[in-house]
Parts: sequence; C-alpha cells; structure tokens
Amino acid sequence: MFPTRMTATAYAVANSAAKYIGTSMVMILAATGLAYAAEPQPWQMDLQPAAGSIAEKATDLHNMLLVIITLISLFVLALLVYTCVRFRESKNPNPSKTTHNTVIEVLWTVIPVVILVVIAVPSFKLLYYMDRTDETDMVIKVTGAQWYWTYEYPKEEFVFDSYMIPEEDLEEGQKRLLDVDYPMVVPEGTRIKLLVQANDVMHSFFMPALAVQIYTVAGRTNEAWIDIPMGEKTYYGQCNQICGVNHSYMPIVIKAVSAEDYKAWVEEAREEFASVERPQTIQLAQAQ
Amino acid sequence: MSATTTEHHDHGAPSSFVKRWLYSTNHKDIGTMYLIFSILAAFIGGGLSVYMRMELMEPGVQYMEDGHVWNVFTTAHGLIMVFFVVMPGLIGGFGNWFVPIMIGAPDMAFPRMNNISFWLLPPAFILLLLSAVADGGAGVGWTIYPPLSGKEGTPGMSMDLAIFSLHLAGVSSILGAANFITTILNMRTPGMTLHKMPLFAWAMLVTAFLLLLAVPVLAGAITMLLTDRNFDTAFFVAAEGGDPILFLHLFWFFGHPEVYIMILPAFGIVSHIISTFSRKPIFGYLGMAYAMVAIGFVGFIVWAHHMYTVGMDVDTRAYFTAATMVIAVPTGVKIFSWIATMWGGSIRFEVPMYWAIGFIFLFTVGGVTGVVLSNAGLDQVLHNTYYVIAHFHYVLSLGAVFGLFAGFYYWFSKMTGFEYNRALALAHFWITFIGVNLTFFPMHFLGLAGMPRRYIDYPDAFAGWNMVASIGSYISAFGAILFLIVIIEAFVVRRRAAANPWGEGATTLEWSVASPPPYHTFDELPKFKN
Repeated sequence: MFPTRMTATAYAVANSAAKYIGTSMVMILAATGLAYAAEPQPWQMDLQPAAGSIAEKATDLHNMLLVIITLISLFVLALLVYTCVRFRESKNPNPSKTTHNTVIEVLWTVIPVVILVVIAVPSFKLLYYMDRTDETDMVIKVTGAQWYWTYEYPKEEFVFDSYMIPEEDLEEGQKRLLDVDYPMVVPEGTRIKLLVQANDVMHSFFMPALAVQIYTVAGRTNEAWIDIPMGEKTYYGQCNQICGVNHSYMPIVIKAVSAEDYKAWVEEAREEFASVERPQTIQLAQAQ
Repeated sequence: MSATTTEHHDHGAPSSFVKRWLYSTNHKDIGTMYLIFSILAAFIGGGLSVYMRMELMEPGVQYMEDGHVWNVFTTAHGLIMVFFVVMPGLIGGFGNWFVPIMIGAPDMAFPRMNNISFWLLPPAFILLLLSAVADGGAGVGWTIYPPLSGKEGTPGMSMDLAIFSLHLAGVSSILGAANFITTILNMRTPGMTLHKMPLFAWAMLVTAFLLLLAVPVLAGAITMLLTDRNFDTAFFVAAEGGDPILFLHLFWFFGHPEVYIMILPAFGIVSHIISTFSRKPIFGYLGMAYAMVAIGFVGFIVWAHHMYTVGMDVDTRAYFTAATMVIAVPTGVKIFSWIATMWGGSIRFEVPMYWAIGFIFLFTVGGVTGVVLSNAGLDQVLHNTYYVIAHFHYVLSLGAVFGLFAGFYYWFSKMTGFEYNRALALAHFWITFIGVNLTFFPMHFLGLAGMPRRYIDYPDAFAGWNMVASIGSYISAFGAILFLIVIIEAFVVRRRAAANPWGEGATTLEWSVASPPPYHTFDELPKFKN
C-alpha cells in the first residue's frame, strides 16, 4: 500500500539520520565521560539516554521528529533567504502580479498532511504502548505531598517518605537538589505499576530517563508503569507541577539494584519503616 | 507641514484633556491609550522576566527570598504579558486604530463601550499588581490550577485579587470583541464585501469571535474558584465531591483559543507588511482568510493537549494528538502563502519587513516544536519542561511580540505623523533578534535534558544553558531600552511623515488619509474600488 511504503521510507531516512545525530551526541557526551548517567549533564542538548522500552520508543520518535522539524525549518529558512536575495528591489524592480497557483496551493496543503500521517503512526504506537501493560511485576504507590514523596510497597507492607537532602547536609558525591534521604529502591529489569495520588495540591511524578510523567491529583488515583532495564543504576527526576514554595525541592530518586540486594533492602526496610506512622490509606487497608 | 494642517487634524477634537482622553470615544485616541498601556505593562512584565533570568543565571538562590517569591514572579509575568501586553497591544491598540480605517468606517460601532473597554484595563492591572504583593502574593502560575489556588493552597486575599483582575480584564475583552464583530459586520464601506476586506480586519474578526466564545468560560471557571475559596462551594475540592481536573478542562477550553487570540492579529499585520514591501497583492487571499478561520475553529477542540499527563483516558489523548496536529496544516498554508507573496515581488527592506520576515522564520521554529509537543506519548518526557517554555516563547515572545513591533514600525508614522530613525530602529531589531534567540533557543536543550519549569533553583548540570539564556535576556532588555530611545528620538526630531511613506505596495485605506489621520478620519465614506 502506498501510504505504508511512504511511512517505511520516511522512517528509514529519519532513522538513519537520527542514528547519525544520536551517535554524534553520544560521542560528545562520551568525550566528557558522562555517557551512561540517568541524570542531566552539563551542556546537554538532547534527551537523557533512554532507559527501558518506553524511553527507547519515545527517543526513537523524538529523533525522527527532530530530523523532520529541522528539515522543515531549514527548508523555510532557505526559501526565505532565496526569496529575499532573488527578489530584492534592485534585482527585480518589476513585481509579478501572480496571486494564485492552484497546483502549489494543493501541494502545500497535502504534503504537510502526509508528513503528519507519517508522524502519527509511530506516535500512536508509542502512546498506546506507554499507556498500560498487563505484564507488571510489582506495584508501588506514589503519593505527592508538599514537599516530599511517599512510596508505599503494598505487597511488601511498608511505606516511607522521601525528602530531598538539604544542601548543607550533602555528603561527598551527592547531587544538590537531586539526591534524597530514602530513594525508591527497585529490582533491576522489572516492570512496575505505579499508582499515583496526591495528599494536597497537584504534583507531577517526572522521571525523564524512563520517559514517564504523571500528575498526582487529590481525589483520583492515576496509573502509570515504568520499565526499569537491567543494570544497577540510579535514576533522577523532579516534581514537575508547581506546588508551592518548595516546588524545586522535592526530587525523585529511583535506585535499581540487583535482585539479591533488593531482597536484602526489603528486609531492612520492613524493620526500619515499621515504626513510621503510616498514612491514612494504609491504616484503612489494614482495618478491612 | 504648517501649523494650520495640524489644527485641521484636530478639528472636532475636544480641547480639554479630560474630555479628550478620559471620556474618549474616538477609536484612534482609544487605540493610542491601549498602545501606551501595553508598552508600560510590557516594561513591568518584561522587567519581572529579566529579574527571573538574573535569579536563574547561576545555580543557587541569589536574589529572591524563597520559591514562593519566584512563583509570584512567574504568575505575574505570565498574566501581565498575556492580558496586559499582547492583547491590549494587538487587539485594543492596532485593532482600534486600524480596523475602522481599513474598512472605511467612521469609528467603532459602540464608541462609548470602546471607552469602558479600555478603562476597565487599568483597574484590572492594578488589581493584578496588588495580587502580587498583598498577603505575600499569588504564587500559582498563570494557569492558576486548584488546589494550589484554592483556599488551602493560597490562603489570603492575593488569589481573590487576581481573580477579580481577570474578571475585569475579561469583561474588557468581551466588550471589545462585541464591538469589533459589530463594526466589521455592519460598518464596512459600500463595495467592501467580506471577501475584499483586508486580512488584518479578517484576523480581528476571527480573534473577536474567539474572545467572545472563550473568555466567558474562563470567567465561569474563576468564579467557581472564587466561590470555592470564599463561600464553601466545592467545584474543585476533591474531598468534598469536586474535581480539580474540571478546572483544568475549563481553563484550557479558554486557554488554547487564547493563544490564537494572541497570534491571529499578528498574522494579519504580517500579511499587510509582506504584501506592502513585496509590492504584490497577498498570495492566496481567500486561503489566508479561511486558514485563520480554520485555525480559530480547530483552536476550540484541542484544549486537552495541555493536559496529557493528568491521567486522561488513552483514546482521548489519541484524539487530542490528532486534532492538534491538524493545526499545522492551515498554519503551514499561511507560512507558505507569505513566502509565495514575496516570491516574484520587488522586495524593499524597510524596518517592518525585517520584523515580518523574522516573524515568519521564528514562528516556523515555534510551530514545529508544537508538532513535537502534540504527540501525547512523547509529551510525557517534555510536558512542563523548558522545552514547552521555549516552544511558547517562540510563538509568543518571538511571534506575537515580533508582530507587535512589526505593526508598530509599520504604522508608527501613520499614528504619530513622525518618521522614526531607520538606523536606530534596525539596531533595535537586530539586538532584539539576537537577544530573544539567545534567551529561548537554549531552553529547548534544557527541556530535553529534563529541566522542569517554575523552578527557582536547578541541579548544577543545567547551569551552562541557563547562563546563556540569562545573557540573552539582558541583551533583549537592552533592545527594549533602545525601543524607547527610537520613540523618544522620533518625537524630539519631529520628521514629518507623508500620508503614504511606503509607496505603491501599501494599498489599504489607512494610507489614503493624512499622517496622522484627522480626528474624524473620513469627511465622507471612502469609495472602495478593487
């Protein structure tokens, strides 16, 4: 079918160009020795390196779009420059009186439509892929509050709060405004369903490297899922919906560890957080 | 020109200051007041943004007390720029000045309503400024989402003052819109059918309909917010059966048409300038007019693309993705039609033409990032990041504001009767062009890297591009001062302007009357020949 072939061709062109851009970007990053971190880098110009299947698909779409929008912008720029040079008053003293050209008007309507269809196909695929999956390994409840996050592991039966480490308490190697006292620890290579809610105002759970963002809203439980790839790694994100005076100070840290380390951490966490006063949701759940 | 001519210009104008300005019913005087108001507000709103860029120049908190002060600044900056700079400038200013003249009407249809429409704005502006200082200020963002803007999120009267400010500004807009619609539909000079009407008048007609349909929705939403805050209703209070997301839907049902309200008049202005300085009629006139109608219509059915991450059903997000992408088509028609108008023309590079060509390119850049953001899936990575800030400043700060400057330099001699200094004005253009691009282009990178908006402080990795953006904003601020110098110089030197300084390319009616036009523009209805 014609449209499919068009899509495939455009995809191939976009992908090879995107790979080129991607590769050069990685080389730039590698040159500064920072290629594999899940956090922003100085002078970074592109998305954070993709972690997990959602982010990979999102990055692919973005790379394709980047090529398309760059070409369109350059095309318009080239047309403008050519027109300004070729038809300036000194070069072209007598203007034409043309005000219509049906062919070209149809073309500049139809071609953008075709380009949009080419974009829409992978865009919808990504949208439906990232929306939900039945194959999650575990559930974590995330609650946004002014100005910290609460992570609840319902099956493991504990809950804890996660606060940013203030600047004056930072230790060697900890990142200002990003590191927290208790990160959300997860086993590597898992798919996790997140149930997201808010205690007070809106917040937004935003983890760029995993390409996941979802608002936390009082009165509703939103669902999202994250795909943590293999590899022990720490992912950094931040609250992304204005929530008051300390909006800038409630980062999100997800720490992916090996299965054994995770088991050990769960044991520790059960003891450590046993004494923590639990939020309302848990008490109700236990009462039932 | 002699003094007698000047007297002729003022023939019929009230001699007392109070009668001429406070009681004004003259569309040109009201337009002038709108423009002055817009410039004053721009220096306040722009000043806030420069102060914010100072704060963001380096990591850490240097100037502001805390994050709340920062939030108050972003709120005030956004609301001022939208409601008190771009709208009064483009719609109240240029719309009032030139729509009646272009369509050959003696004045607006309801001159007294026009007066109140303007005079509601200063009190609205004062209320907004009060909302930024009273009770610590409203730090909620220009989108004023509850629960943060509710009684628990922002106790005290600052939020109520902001709501009243928007009420007044909204009434002003609705009255103005009704006036424009009536004027354009009823008062065109004989022979000027809708399909022969200049594109700026078309732009204002579409804009006025958008205002009339969108602003009441905002008024309703903020009134519900007001009663939630003060009278124990619970429209947006989840704990009492309401839903904060309802506010988001209502706000963006207004908010998305609002962004087209800000850009459509600029489209109209740019069309006139491109045609004038290419010495060619506009290419595809009907396509241009109906592209604006299409953009206006589609603008009403895409609002939830601002809410992809609130937890909306996936099919709904798919619909809004598709609908949003559709807007790229009529917008593309406009971009290409402008270039086709220049194609084959005999292009003169006067100052307004620089702004118009700059507008076309920068609006394209802002438009294509809009196509990126329209994808609900990808938006999860970009929503609320600096990528969005870059996108909407490219279409507004570099789109609508370039449209404002283009119109200002195009019509300055017509409105004042004086010529500005071309070299100074060009310097203003280049400095602004470099400044705003330096400010906003790096924000794309920050957004892709994941920097959230409305942050007083950011992780150290974002420092580099923030430094660049801040330097860009200082350059832009210098450009704004140069703009003042251009105006002052023109009034001091008083170079008299001809009725039509732009030559045969300028074909609309305003160029057939003196500069400035007499107090009563036309002694008799102009005959329209085409």
